[in-house]
This record gives sequence, structure tokens and C-alpha cells, in this order.
Amino acid sequence: MRQSLLATKIVWSMLAIFALSTTPSRAFEIEAEQYFAATDGTSEITIMSTADLSVFAPLVLGFQNQNPSVNVRYVVLSSAELYSAVLEGEATPDLVISSAMDLQTKLANDGFAQPFRSQATETLPAWARWRDELFAFTLEPAVLILSKAAFADLPRPRTRQELIELLRDNPARFENRIGTYDLRTSGLGYLFGTQDARQSETFWRLSEVMGALQTRLYCCSGQMIADVKSGKLALAYNVLGSYADAQSESNVDIVLLEDYTSVMMRTAFIPDSAKNSQLAGTFINYLLSADGRSLLRAEIGPGPLDAETFSSDQNLRPIRLGPGLLVYLDQLKRRSFLRAWTSAIVQP
Amino acid sequence: MSAALKPGTSLRQRLRLQLLGLIAILSLLLYFSVRTIAGGAAETTQDNILSASATSIVEALHAEQDDILLDIPYAALSMLGANAEERVFYRILTAANTITGYDDLPAPEVFPAPDQPVFYNSQYRGSAVRIVAMTRIITLKDTPTKVLALVAQTRLGQDAITARIANTAAALGVGFFLVAGILGALTVESALRPIENIAAAVQRRGPHDLRPMLKPAPSELAPLLASLNSFMERLRTALLRTEDFIAEAAHRVRTPLATVRAQTEIALRRAKTPEDRKALRAVIRAVDESARSAGQLLDHASVTLRADKMERVDVDLWVLAKDLVHGLAPTAEIRDIRIVLRPAEGKFITIGDPVLLMGALRNILDNAIKYSPDESEISVALTGESEICSITICDQGRGLDNAEQKTLTRRFERGSNVADVVGSGLGLTIVSEVVAAHNGSFKLAPNQERGTCAKVCLPRK
Repeated sequence: MRQSLLATKIVWSMLAIFALSTTPSRAFEIEAEQYFAATDGTSEITIMSTADLSVFAPLVLGFQNQNPSVNVRYVVLSSAELYSAVLEGEATPDLVISSAMDLQTKLANDGFAQPFRSQATETLPAWARWRDELFAFTLEPAVLILSKAAFADLPRPRTRQELIELLRDNPARFENRIGTYDLRTSGLGYLFGTQDARQSETFWRLSEVMGALQTRLYCCSGQMIADVKSGKLALAYNVLGSYADAQSESNVDIVLLEDYTSVMMRTAFIPDSAKNSQLAGTFINYLLSADGRSLLRAEIGPGPLDAETFSSDQNLRPIRLGPGLLVYLDQLKRRSFLRAWTSAIVQP
Repeated sequence: MSAALKPGTSLRQRLRLQLLGLIAILSLLLYFSVRTIAGGAAETTQDNILSASATSIVEALHAEQDDILLDIPYAALSMLGANAEERVFYRILTAANTITGYDDLPAPEVFPAPDQPVFYNSQYRGSAVRIVAMTRIITLKDTPTKVLALVAQTRLGQDAITARIANTAAALGVGFFLVAGILGALTVESALRPIENIAAAVQRRGPHDLRPMLKPAPSELAPLLASLNSFMERLRTALLRTEDFIAEAAHRVRTPLATVRAQTEIALRRAKTPEDRKALRAVIRAVDESARSAGQLLDHASVTLRADKMERVDVDLWVLAKDLVHGLAPTAEIRDIRIVLRPAEGKFITIGDPVLLMGALRNILDNAIKYSPDESEISVALTGESEICSITICDQGRGLDNAEQKTLTRRFERGSNVADVVGSGLGLTIVSEVVAAHNGSFKLAPNQERGTCAKVCLPRK
């Protein structure tokens, strides 16, 4: 796994140079880009996504297996970059895939998505699509991951309350060894944080406690997972469970907190400005097909839209698609939320 | 008479057209009122949700020192996603600037009064939107400041509902039109039925049936029917009076004629010269002709009179025929004419008026004698079938012209070859009218060798 990460990085740096040399005017920052040339490519689609190349490469290859004439340009960028690139019209991808449900909803709400209907989308449950524009294709919980070494002689917290008590009781052990998203820079972290705040007041107490212990702030789940694995962190809060699953090794534990666990849905939409919306629709159909789902399941764990997951576990709280997600994107609301969060988590 | 009447516009057609027009107007009214009312209700629903959302937003507005702060409740926007998957926009602004939200969302020129939200339609980001504008006054730096909250929702669901309502309304309108149209057509038929019944009853009547119409009629038609009845009554009275008059006249003519004839015969016996005799014979002949005409006029009048209140008793035709032959035999013998009543088997009973039947048969036999040559034979035969019985009287006279057979039964119509014989032209008219009154038939046909056969068929009892 580490090797593949390394390989990805090499590819990324090469491609970044390539990208810079070809399109110097690009105003947004990409993390990685790969061109998947088809065996007899006659058409091309551009997918802009927040999902790592390593996660999505098998899906693209599986898609090309069924559609051998389609070249795929796959661009990875952060959810905030992706959002602003689409909003400002700097990028004209054929398909936008992001884990930031709120930003995706906002783009669709503000008229940047075009409707798409197919047999596959019609069979989606109502909570997994919005306006026939936004389609969810994974279910990914926000989890707590623990370093087995750090918790060797400690009880595993099952709820946030227990976690708070644990942190309070053992400040020395967790000082500087807690990781979570920086809500100011990570779209997904902000989504998880706001949903936590909606669910319970314990979020604020937890943030205070974490702030008192000099919590480290991260941009991305991958980095947090890596640091827990390496022993640099004792625990990381609100990590994308799918990534933890995919990268799990024996020295970390994944905890789905029992008081509640937010579940994010990765969503895709076809932008209004798509050049090849028909092929983008074909790709969505593939994501929702049995083949696509089984590949997703292999890459990002048990997620892909198994409705039974919800009925079997009452503590899983899916984040609903809909205009409610726009509320925390309100500039005043965001400003006051981040102010409160920052004052809690960043303590001198 | 009726052929000259040009049919005017059809009452049925007029009723149908007017009813259809009325129903069409009602259907359209139904369509538009359902659309308007239901569409308005759907719009009100959307307005209510928008209003609730805006209320929860303005309630969350508060001032902190010199700033307007807003913590939009999650429900404020999520409730808008509850009824439909509409796009949602909002904008919070003061007269000076936009505080948050979509700063290009169209706002009304004038801020509405607090607690009086304004709803309006607009176009935003390529979609039709419904917007609510709600004002709240917040005290900022000791100055009351108007803050306006706009909440907008696209109208796709609204349009879908409107389209569905329009379809439903159209279906209702068409359904109403069809049902009411069918019922209307049935109503027209049932309203016109009494008129048609009366028309048919009038049409069914025979030409001589002048009895009053006693069928029950709707009150609207009663005056017409009453007029018709009174008209028929007057006509009947006039006819009867005419016949009365004729009978009276004939009677009054006949009596002096008998006196004239008797005196003339006495004069004839006393006459000396052949010239005088010839003249007197001519007088007698003329008197005879007049008397006979008067008698037949009287007969005819009595037939017409009696036909109205005809007697209906069993009549034995054999007895009738025997009496007839017996009665006229002396007259025939004067000219050596033999009347033979052929024997017949069985009974020949019909129902009718014996006086009228006797009159009719006498006229036939009288004619036969009149037009038979001297020393000839007249046969009277009775024949019968299962339903009818007939009397056939055949002479050996001069016969008839074929074409004349039908016209001869008209009043005062005489054969073309009988100018030398005394006759009024009424005899066969009487016969045919009597036979018709008895539901029988009367036919004239040439006899085998020469002469004419008259055949009267009457229904058997």
C-alpha cells in the first residue's frame, strides 16, 4: 500500500509538471491528474474528483473495459478547489465527484448541474439523489481511529462522552497527540463538524477538551491515518472511515462511536457546462451498476449505498441531501461557526 | 295541403344546439374555476412554506453592538426541501447592503411593512422562482433599521402541480361536457315526446275522423289541442249542417215533384196528339231524374250523418240480399229484367248498420237495373272466405271504361257513356262511403262477357 502511495506521488509530480507546462493559466490547484488512454479512444471525458487516484483508478479502468472508446482524464483536487473551480467556471469537467456534500448541493442548487435520468438513477432511493442532478454512490462514515499502542492499557471509548472523560483523565498521554480536520481549510472536515454540532452539544465540549490538549489540525484523512499508524498520533477524530478501512493495518483500531456516527455520501453531478454530458451519464450509470459497486466496495469498504446499513444500525446518521446543507455555507453562519470552533480548538 | 307546408327550423335541433352551447360554456367555466382555485391553493401552500422559512430567518436576526448577526436555523432551509426538490435561494439585506446570501436575488423596490410579507414571482439563475420578502426592524446604534429577508424557491414542482391540475380540470370539463351532453340529449327527447305523440295521433286519424283529441297533453300544448278540438268541432258542425241542409232540400224538392209527376201522368192519359204525349213524357222523365237525384242526395246525407253514430249489430247478408231482390224485382220486371239470387251455403254475418248496408246494396242493384238492357239477367251471389264475406252483383249492361273505375266513386261523377240514363252520380259514392265505414272494400270489374260486376267485401263476424 505504501508503495502504491509512493507511485501515486511520483505520477502526481510528473503530471503536475506536465499540467503546468500545458495550461499555465489554470487558477486552481490540482493534487494529481492522470490520463487514462483507452484501447481505441475516440472520445474523452474529464472527471474532477476529490477521491484519490488510487481509489478511483480501478473504477476508471473498469469503466473503460465496458466503454473501450472513451479516454478518461481524471483530476484530483481538494473539495474547496473543486468547488471554486466549478463556481468560477475555470474548469469545465464532464463529471464532478466530491465528498463535500454541502458544496455539491450548493453547486447543484445554484444551477451548475444538469439533470440526468436513467434506469440506474431512477432506482436510487430518494435520499440518494437530489433533483435528478446530484447522485450519491457511496456511504462513508466519519470514524475515530486509535493507535493500538497508545491504547494498550486504556479502555476503548464507545461514545463521545467516554472520549471526553478519557482525554480529561489522561492529559499527559494525549497532549499533542490528537488529530482532527482543520475545519477552516477542509470542506469535508467542515461538513462533519457542522453535522456534529447539529447532532449534539458534546461536539463543543469535545472540541474544548481537544483544544486544551493542543490538537493537531489536518487537511486530509490520509495524512491523519498515516500519523496514527506511525504512532505520531494516539487518535484521530472524524476520519473518513472508508480511507481508514482501505488503509487499515494491524496497529490501528477503527471505532464507530455509538452515540452517533455521521455518514457522508460521495456524490457526482454533470456540470451544466459539460462538453460530453452523455458519456458522463454513462459513467454515473457505471458507478451505480453492480460492477461499479463491487469495485467501490473493494476500494472504500462496505460503503456503496447499502440501504440495509442504516436499518441495521440506528446510530448511523446519514447526512441528507437537500437545501438544509446550504445553511452552514451561509457566510455569516460559517464565520460564526468557525469563530466558535477556532476559539475552542486553537488554545494558546 | 300538407305538401305545401314548408318545414321550419327543427325544434329538436334548436334545443340541442342551445343546450350544447350552454353545457360547453359551463364546462369551460368548470375547467377555469378548478384551475384557478386549485392552482391558487397550490401556490398558497408554497407561499406558506416560504413564509415559515422567512419567519424563522428573521426571528434569528439579532443585533450585537454595531453588527447585525444572523444564525440561520437549519430548519429554515431544510423545510423547503421537505415538500419538493426545489432550488432554494435567500438574501438578507438592509437598505445599504446585502448582509448575506445571494446578493443578486431580486428584491422589491420598497421594503414591505413588518408582518406583511410580500410574495412575487421572478426569474433567477435561469429558473422561475417564487420569492417572499419579509421585513424586520432591528435597533442598531439606537436607530431602528429595516432588515429584509428574501427566501426564494424554484417553481418546478409548482409548475408540475399546475400542469397536473390543468389536466385534471380538463378531464373534469370534458367529462362534464359528455355526461351533461348525453343527459341534455335525453332531456330534449323526453321534452319533445308529447308533441310527437300528439302529431302522430293526428296523423293516424282518418280523413273523416273529426272526434275531439282526448289524449292528455302537457299544459303548454293544451291550448293548441283545445284550439284543434274546437276547430274540428266547428268543422263537424258545419259538415252536418250542410248534410242536413241537403237532406232538407231534397226532401222538400221530392214531395212537390211527386205531385207534378202524378198530374203529368193524368195529363198524359188525356192527351190527344202524339206531340203532346211526347212532351209530357219528357216532363215525366225529367221529374223522375230530379226525384232520383233528390233521393240519392238524401241517402248520401243520411249515410254521412249515420256514419258518425253508426249502429253496430249483427247483419245477415243473406236476409239482406233476399229483401233487396224482393224489393227491386217489380221495378226490374217492368223491363223484363230477371234478378237471380244465387243460392249460397253457410252463414254470412257481418257487424254493421243494416239500414246503411241496405242503402248501399240498393244503390248497386239500382244502377245494375238502370244500365241493363231489357230482357237481361242480373245475378246476385254471396261468397265467403274465412275472414270476409262478399256480395257480387253482375249485370249484362254496357260496362265500364277501365280507367273510370276509380273516379266513379267520387261525388257527382258519372260514366262517360251514360248520358242517356237518369242519374245523379251519387250512387257509387254512397256505396263506397258505407263500405269504408264498415272497414270493407268495394270494387268494380268488367263482367265475363259484357256488363259490370260490383263486389262488396265485408269483414265476417
